Amino acid sequence: MFLSVTLALLEGMGTTFQIFILTLIFSLPLGLILAFGAMSKFRPISYSVNVLVWIIRGTPLMLQLIIIFYGPGLWLDYNVWGGNSAGRLTATVVAFTINYACYFSVIFRGGIQGVPVGQREAGEVLGMTRSQIFFKVTLLQMVKRVVPPMSNEIITLVKDTSLARIISCYELTFTGYSFMKAASITWPLFYTAVFYLAFVGILTILFNYIEKRLSYFR
Amino acid sequence: MAFLEVEHIEKNFGNTKVLKDVSFALEEGNTLAIIGSSGSGKTTLLRCLNFLETPTKGKITVGGDVLFNSDWSEAENNKDLRSKRLHFGMVFQSFNLFPQYTALENVTLSKKLLAKEDPDFKKNKKEIYAKIEEQGKKLLAQMGLAERMNHYPHQLSGGQQQRVAIARALAMEPAIMLFDEPTSALDPELVGEVLNVMKELAREGMTMVVVTHEMGFAREMADQVIFMDEGQIVETGTAEEIFANPKQERTKAFLSKIL
Ligand SMILES: Nc1ncnc2c1ncn2[C@@H]1O[C@H](COP(=O)(O)OP(=O)(O)O)[C@@H](O)[C@H]1O
Ligand SMILES: [Mg+2]
Repeated sequence: MFLSVTLALLEGMGTTFQIFILTLIFSLPLGLILAFGAMSKFRPISYSVNVLVWIIRGTPLMLQLIIIFYGPGLWLDYNVWGGNSAGRLTATVVAFTINYACYFSVIFRGGIQGVPVGQREAGEVLGMTRSQIFFKVTLLQMVKRVVPPMSNEIITLVKDTSLARIISCYELTFTGYSFMKAASITWPLFYTAVFYLAFVGILTILFNYIEKRLSYFR
Repeated sequence: MAFLEVEHIEKNFGNTKVLKDVSFALEEGNTLAIIGSSGSGKTTLLRCLNFLETPTKGKITVGGDVLFNSDWSEAENNKDLRSKRLHFGMVFQSFNLFPQYTALENVTLSKKLLAKEDPDFKKNKKEIYAKIEEQGKKLLAQMGLAERMNHYPHQLSGGQQQRVAIARALAMEPAIMLFDEPTSALDPELVGEVLNVMKELAREGMTMVVVTHEMGFAREMADQVIFMDEGQIVETGTAEEIFANPKQERTKAFLSKIL
């Protein structure tokens, strides 16, 4: 029994990890683009981005997930996601990417705007080019500002992946839950928790390391 | 013709006229002190000199070369902007050191980046960098910071940070040093150490424009003093003329408030 639960949970973990890593891969660059959009001097762009971010951050991810998964089928009378598990995973990653890109954009924006203008001006006065100022002066200061809020958000993402259960994506929590439903046993649920704790634990160690590496300056 | 000539500079931010027809000239090796109450446009004037702001009108000439002329096209004025800027070294009120670099790295960074543009850079990289480091160490020693070279800005006092900032500006070998209230952000007991290195620089013949509230320094070191109010030069003269015999009522009122 223990072995079969372990194997099933590992499989669920695989899906959870896929949601996690794919969401990061897509939402980090999209978040950066949205951050620049929000800071754009061209009003229509900054305004639209701000409205989007406001809507996404102001509504539950679970609701967004449901709308994105079921919405197209009902509006177009055609299920764009397909009926299989790959389709569910894709829908999940799309919903998560949009959601997390919005959160990340706010963090990126804070990091970019948090570097005092005096840093850029000091570089200009010393005859540096724009790209030298960005890469040699401001970038690392932005990274330092962004890492702590980013690590919080990424750890939240690990746990948010369990929301995918609502559209029957067979991720980790769904797997643990299915044992309880089928066999009326609760220990697989606690075992599931151990998987999350290990995942979050590794990330915490990683982020602590990065923060420490950046702690030599203020 | 004087070394630095500033003619009829005007600067508007939107509808606010921050500088109104500002003209002055400064001889090579001289120190000019600019005094005036807060909001009178002193910082804006310095920022116009090194193009952190673009003047709305006017002309700036250094050593006979016209750097800026509002009659020119924008493209003409922006041409070689970086090398034009390097005529001036700038020391900010808030230091603006790069926090991720040590004192020495702060001093050498821009010089090393500039050296990369040298066509012989690849061949002589080692020697070029060694020479830049050498110069940086010398400058920091001159600032009394030989022991602090490998400290990061947050490990230094305000006075030490500002001296690193002065060394950093000097590293680019500017013809003119601009100081914007270099001691205003410092605890009173740290003001002296910064003023001392500035005095030393002035004695060595550096051409300097110093915006300051340190009237003692202005009186002792300035060859020329400008009093600004509401974006205009109200009165200009030698330190003696301005401090002992101010002619304008506004100058008198300002000095009586501050002294
Ligand atoms: N970027 C800016 N945009 C709008 N107004 C500005 C800007 N910079 C300065 N000012 C205004 O210009 C005036 C002069 O400012 P400043 O040059 O900083 O004076 P000072 O250095 O003498 O205190 C002030 O009224 C200030 O509010
Ligand atoms: Mg000022």
